[in-house]
Amino acid sequence: VTDLTAVDRALIQHRCVHSRGLGASPGNPGAAPPRLPFSRVTQEDLAFFRTLLPGRTITDPDLLKSSNVDWLKTVEGNSEVLLRPKTTEEVSQILRYCNERNLAVCPQGGNTGLVGGSVPVFDEIILSTSLMKQVITFDNISGILTCQAGCVLENLSNYLEERDFIMPLDLGAKGSCHIGGNVSTNAGGLRLLRYGSLRGTVLGLEVVLADGRILNCLATLRKDNTGYDLKQLFIGSEGTLGVITAVSILCPRKPKAVNVAFLGCSSFQQLLETFQCCRGMLGEILSAFEFLDASCMSLLEKHLKLTNPITESPFYIVIETAGSNATHDEEKLHKFLEEVMTSSLVTDGTVATEATKIKALWSLRERVTEALTHEGYTYKYDISLPVEKIYDLVQDMRGHLGDMAKNVVGYGHVGDGNLHLNITSPSKDPALLAAIEPYVYEWTSKWKGSISAEHGLGLKKRNYIYYSKPSEAVALMGSIKAMLDPKGILNPYKTLPDNIH
Amino acid sequence: MSARVLVGVKRVIDYAVKIRVKPDRTGVVTDGVKHSMNPFCEIAVEEAVKLKEKKLVKEVVAVSCGPQQVQETIRTALAMGADRGIHVEVSGKDYETLGPLQVSKIFAALAKKEQADLIILGKQAIDDDCNQTGQMTAALLDWPQGTFASEVTLEADKLKVVREIDGGLETIKINLPAVVTADLRLNTPRYATLPNIMKAKKKKITNVKPADLGVDVSSRLEVLKVEKLKEAGRI
Repeated sequence: VTDLTAVDRALIQHRCVHSRGLGASPGNPGAAPPRLPFSRVTQEDLAFFRTLLPGRTITDPDLLKSSNVDWLKTVEGNSEVLLRPKTTEEVSQILRYCNERNLAVCPQGGNTGLVGGSVPVFDEIILSTSLMKQVITFDNISGILTCQAGCVLENLSNYLEERDFIMPLDLGAKGSCHIGGNVSTNAGGLRLLRYGSLRGTVLGLEVVLADGRILNCLATLRKDNTGYDLKQLFIGSEGTLGVITAVSILCPRKPKAVNVAFLGCSSFQQLLETFQCCRGMLGEILSAFEFLDASCMSLLEKHLKLTNPITESPFYIVIETAGSNATHDEEKLHKFLEEVMTSSLVTDGTVATEATKIKALWSLRERVTEALTHEGYTYKYDISLPVEKIYDLVQDMRGHLGDMAKNVVGYGHVGDGNLHLNITSPSKDPALLAAIEPYVYEWTSKWKGSISAEHGLGLKKRNYIYYSKPSEAVALMGSIKAMLDPKGILNPYKTLPDNIH
Repeated sequence: MSARVLVGVKRVIDYAVKIRVKPDRTGVVTDGVKHSMNPFCEIAVEEAVKLKEKKLVKEVVAVSCGPQQVQETIRTALAMGADRGIHVEVSGKDYETLGPLQVSKIFAALAKKEQADLIILGKQAIDDDCNQTGQMTAALLDWPQGTFASEVTLEADKLKVVREIDGGLETIKINLPAVVTADLRLNTPRYATLPNIMKAKKKKITNVKPADLGVDVSSRLEVLKVEKLKEAGRI
């Protein structure tokens, strides 16, 4: 356990204070910095885009509005141009032109990101993948799917399920998010526990670089050790190193038997012991282990009128098993449930094997984010911690904030050591924000956690990177950015801290 | 109240499954396909269990007709609160051709044998959409029927039933013994909780054959063909 040293603290302060201009300040490192000297869009630029993308160059402010605001409605840009290319070639021509003209570009998929990374900060041109939604190939022996970056995750899931496969990732935003966006942010989600991260399941990428060069690394090979693995640079780079235009991804077979158990625990310690028992008794069939606390359940009941299927408990667990043999899985699951019930690790629970009931139980976990939006302004923190420490952060935060916050709730991928800490107040409250940050980041850093487990840094968290990465690492990231995007036109003001130059 | 309730629970292809017609067009594919309790039967079980919790009836007996697999469906009813189960064994060709007429004869025979005071069934099954078993059972027993029930109240030895009909809601009062069929808005079925799932394992399911009840399950209907509806359009 190491505290941030006085030197580290000074370094962070220095960088914040001396970052260019007035926007980001020690009190508010998440705010936008001043606009960098990119060119502004002219009539000639519009003429070029309109010729390249007839009918797909949007300048109507009403149509632009929803693309200028993030899903949480917490950040808003002023872009005047939204471009909708259909092909990689069009993306290449757009970027080549913008690079020459020094026009900033904000790549945008489903716009479901939670850190303000998917919308413009100022007048960046929005480059949308919404019309790049073709499946290119699918091989049902290897399970390798190749598709354009604008395919909606749920549509890909439906396509694959008809062919007896599934996507290796699943998240609450599946109805809107694009696979290109998922890859650019290295999205985690509910199935990571079982199928691993996109860094393992993505086999190849096609990326357009800042100067328009097309990098075709769309391999569909499970194993290929020839040279540096460039795709890993782009996965998780949040659109700052290149625009992903196509993805090839390894898909698992659709499980024949899926079961979901919804359990109640009276303490976090018992929840952790249930997890250990679960790992031991369910082993290879375990596909998800999620938790939510009692505060989350009250919000679901209050705002979304969902019913708690079991008796009220301080903690709730969602366990999913997925396997190829229903009888085998049910037997294992029932033995496990008997064990945790008789040993009182679990106080109540229910099980579902039918699709409609399974959806209903999952919605209790997947819709917490939605329920929170009805409480006013939400401060969202996506933290990775050693699994035993996860709920300590929620409790410490409650104590620390007292009456200043209306709700302090915890939920998330406890199986992956990932907490979603959410705090609400009726409206945006700078005093509350000052009490939360940097307390939450220092707490996380103290336990060597990550200040952004899966949501990424985007706009809101870019200046906090030093809490989880050493300065040498961040400096090297800056060099790579400078090499791939010397003019800095790709998604500026995001991901890397303001004073990277 | 010493009343005994019989509840029918049918095992059907799960509501969320995409149905595939067999290539020979004699029926739909059921092998390896997810099955579950007919949603209207769940509502029927819930209503019966609620009556028991209010101490208005003494015993809830869950009944299902079919092969070995229907025992799962009976177990689900037991986990929701039914006291015991009866598995009427019907398999093979007889099961494929089993329909409302034969099932209602079985229920009528069981009602007499078990001295039931009330039979609650789902209004229809989501696989055949027949909506006949409840009505036929009442006719065979010469009992009153309260069908499409969205509310059921026991008042001494009479049953007040609010029925969902085209024009609105119709309230009727019928004598016991009676047959009630459950409609969607009658109640919201409970989740079977783990303690009850454990208890259910110990509850009894008795096996009985249609012949023991004096029922002939042969069918007078012949299915000529089963076809998929023409697709209206592609997404």
